[in-house]
Amino acid sequence: MTLPARFRPRGELNLWLGAALVAALIAAAALSLVWTPYPPTAIDIPHKLAPPSAAHWFGTDALGRDVASQILAGSRISILVGVIAVGIGLAFGILLGLVAAFSKGLVEDGIMKFSDLVFAFPALLLAIMLTSTFGPGVVNAIVAIGVYNVPIIAKLTRATANGVLSREYALAARAAGRGPIAIAVDHVLPNIAPALIVQATIQFAIAILAEAALSYLGLGAQPPETSWGKMLADAQNVLYNAPGLALYPGIAIALSVLGLNLLGDGLRDALDPKLKARS
Amino acid sequence: MLLEVAGLAVDLPAPGAMQRVVDRISFSLDEGESLGVVGESGSGKTMTALALMALTPEGARVSGSIRFEGRELIGLEDEAMRQLRGDRIAMIFQEPMTALNPLHRVGAQVAEPLMLHRGLDRRDARERAVDLLERVRLADPERAARSYPFELSGGERQRAMIAMAIGCGPRLIIADEPTTALDVTVQARILALIDGLKSESKMAVILVSHDLAVIAGHCDRVIVMYAGVIMESGPVETVLREPRNPYTLALLEARPQAGAPRGARLKTIPGAPPTQREDRSGCPFAGRCALTVPICRTAPPPEVAFGLNHVSRCHRAAEVGAAR
Repeated sequence: MTLPARFRPRGELNLWLGAALVAALIAAAALSLVWTPYPPTAIDIPHKLAPPSAAHWFGTDALGRDVASQILAGSRISILVGVIAVGIGLAFGILLGLVAAFSKGLVEDGIMKFSDLVFAFPALLLAIMLTSTFGPGVVNAIVAIGVYNVPIIAKLTRATANGVLSREYALAARAAGRGPIAIAVDHVLPNIAPALIVQATIQFAIAILAEAALSYLGLGAQPPETSWGKMLADAQNVLYNAPGLALYPGIAIALSVLGLNLLGDGLRDALDPKLKARS
Repeated sequence: MLLEVAGLAVDLPAPGAMQRVVDRISFSLDEGESLGVVGESGSGKTMTALALMALTPEGARVSGSIRFEGRELIGLEDEAMRQLRGDRIAMIFQEPMTALNPLHRVGAQVAEPLMLHRGLDRRDARERAVDLLERVRLADPERAARSYPFELSGGERQRAMIAMAIGCGPRLIIADEPTTALDVTVQARILALIDGLKSESKMAVILVSHDLAVIAGHCDRVIVMYAGVIMESGPVETVLREPRNPYTLALLEARPQAGAPRGARLKTIPGAPPTQREDRSGCPFAGRCALTVPICRTAPPPEVAFGLNHVSRCHRAAEVGAAR
């Protein structure tokens, strides 16, 4: 089906809008490393719950902390959680997925059944389970979200790797005497990378959301650490006095997740020649 | 003998039970000799080729004996088999489009077996790869080596595949329908190339094809397969000129004939090949064969020898020649 030309560049618009939002998120995190308007954890009781002004762009919270500074600092945790949780997912997921695709039989069944088992628990439930067992905190939250990513990546890797292995060039590589590791590195990984990149972007967004939820529930970032989820929880206590306080971290979370999802969609459109041909 | 296959059988897992796709076939091949394997789709010819390389699909059961250079290949451990593949035995595939990895340059792919089996470093292997691409008579080997597969034509890609296969100087090349995906003029040139390489380096060739004309022009001997069984085997000229098996005869008659009247329909073989043969007691061709008599359905056909190495597996083999 061909769409009228003016509808066609949508994929690219997604890509650029997503990329811009993600770039803004990264820039905010980078900036917060060297500069924030105020120290994000500096308590200033006399100026608590100040409305937005030139001095405090987004106002101050119940303890007089500068909201703009907290938002900037909070982006750091979000990125950290995303990078490490997705990293854990990719590292173990790709390994397990490749082992499953190459080994077949009992090993493959075992890995896939294990993935289904982890998969059966909703992400947040799994994270709550792990953090309540091993104690709240950012590190445990990250590990919990990472564990949830492993089966997703493993399943995707196995499915796409099987697709590559059924191609004639994989057979040709075996006919040339190449071993499974060489085939995995040279033939399988480069050919499944686009799918993995897209999925990793989506999982990054889910990780940010999960971290916010965990911190909101008090299982993630602990005081004095700053996180968007924790800001939401703090804002809840003064919701009637200063409803705007819940808005800023909410918008920050929403824009980050939106940006990553758009980027993921855009990348998929850009990297998958089959989709391009069809649109 | 370079290659001696005896009682080779391949069973593939199928819903229910194992399905026998290659049924106790035997043949042998000398240095510098070329053997054609002909048969329709599903006759087991590709599975035979894969069994020789120990590349049968997961779960397949291979039995019998494959002796290559005096060494038994069935039951050989993976590592030893990998060292043979691409070095002593090489394979050329049907689809040059999909048999090359779209993400790697052609030169790098041709260089790969050299680095693996000859221990050449990257630069030497790349240089050798360009030589090889020249040897398969690619017009501009330097350019071809730098190209990605999509930048080459079908014929050029097949030449690159051949360059990859002959890199280590294999003693045996298995070509599975090497020209089926190409148009006729390119096909002739690729086959001439394989012939040339064969006589240059005295390697043996197994040419798998459904095309009798291809086999006739480029092989010394031929085996005709049907439903996993060798129906007839012998010197190419004898088998094609004086077939002694009704199946070979039917294949020959199904060819388009030059000089046939306009609008004349091609002869076909009635019925379809057996998909899953529950009953292995009789001849697999029984029922489709015009010469079927009751014994064909109950007793396996005997091997009947005619002259030098010409063998037909048929109850009524003696009548086939006479009927012509």
